[in-house]
Amino acid sequence: MTDTELRVSKIRDGTVIDHVNAGEALHVLALLDIDGSGGEAVSLGMNVPSQTMGKKDVVKVEGRELSQNELDVLSLIAPDATINIIREYEVAEKKRVEPPETVDGVLACPNPDCITNAGEPVRPRFDVLSEGVRCAYCETIVRDDLTDHLVA
Amino acid sequence: MRHDHLLTAKQLSRADIEAVLDRASEFAADPAAFRERHPELLLALCFFEPSTRTKMSFETAAKRLGGDVVDMGSVESSSVKKGESLADTVRVIEGYADAIVLRHPKQGAAQLASEYVDVPVVNAGDGAGHHPSQTLLDLYTIRENAGLDDLSIGILGDLKYGRTVHSLAHALTKFDARQHFISPESLKLPRSVRYDLHEAGANVREHESLDDVLPNLDVLYVTRIQRERFPDEEEYRKVAGKYSIDAETLERARDDLSIMHPLPRVDEIAPELDDTEHATYFSQAHNGVPVRMALLDSLL
Repeated sequence: MTDTELRVSKIRDGTVIDHVNAGEALHVLALLDIDGSGGEAVSLGMNVPSQTMGKKDVVKVEGRELSQNELDVLSLIAPDATINIIREYEVAEKKRVEPPETVDGVLACPNPDCITNAGEPVRPRFDVLSEGVRCAYCETIVRDDLTDHLVA
Repeated sequence: MRHDHLLTAKQLSRADIEAVLDRASEFAADPAAFRERHPELLLALCFFEPSTRTKMSFETAAKRLGGDVVDMGSVESSSVKKGESLADTVRVIEGYADAIVLRHPKQGAAQLASEYVDVPVVNAGDGAGHHPSQTLLDLYTIRENAGLDDLSIGILGDLKYGRTVHSLAHALTKFDARQHFISPESLKLPRSVRYDLHEAGANVREHESLDDVLPNLDVLYVTRIQRERFPDEEEYRKVAGKYSIDAETLERARDDLSIMHPLPRVDEIAPELDDTEHATYFSQAHNGVPVRMALLDSLL
């Protein structure tokens, strides 16, 4: 059993998100809209030693298999993340995150003059660029600190 | 042109643009000859911001085509004042009219409206975003005066908030144009437009001074520093009046330089230039009618 696995307890069924950039674990949870209110057990490892990354974060979500669409949103902040779907303590599937073409209802536009910030019945939508994202309405490009703009 | 809406100039191909400009030339040659062309047309004018030229030229265009308009009137006199959303407003108006011309202070408003209605939406200005029908008449004017290929154009003034600038810059990437952007540092092109120009492989230069580039220009497109778009008055004062074009300025310009302006102007172009060969801005405004006739004709 490796040092990493010791620090973060094994799960029976669920999803393990590994190789998350150090310090981004809480943002991963925010991006996936996991705040504990769903009742799932969540374990975090932060700044865990990693041979390839130096330090990394690990997130384990018990009892929930995240869909590819949910996971792809992670590519915005954790492009190198690897995903293991766990069933009966065994790795049943391995997945990588792929940048989606758009993200819908995840980020809020930082432009105060954007129509999505004007009380209209619209979910903010962003096109994903090679670097950053772009509002599908006002076209504002956001490259840095995407997690500052998560929909509350 | 095969589009449901006109939201940005980016969506237009060179062929789309040339088809509209060619049709506009036919309409301009005899604007009174097409009264039977769209007698069924009822065009909704929804202007949430003030307008003179855009609104009146769309109205004129609709009537020249044999159609008519319904006008939402000012925001103060509409249900918007009661808090009605744009999404609701356009869904109601969709039931009255064959197309909607929309001006709104928020960026992306036309995109949002287009997602709620089936009739064509024409973006007549969405805040500091886009103004593609203005671009079509700008291109028509440029084509008449300087041609659209092997063009050297200077675009001067408020490049950050200027929606006519953003749309024109996008459209010019479809032609063989060298675009010189002249502005103070604080009013340079926004990141999103730079991104698009880069992606399109546009031939672009940026300058703070007009002096270096003026002798090489075929067209100088002047814009107003828009007080209403600035977050605070102090920032506006720092750059207001920074560029003013008068006879002395033009001593270094080519004789055939065409000066354009989407209007209204404040003090960017001295009235002494109005009667010179350089002044193209009033005929540019007049071109709004045949070009918008051609645009409506292509959308309906």
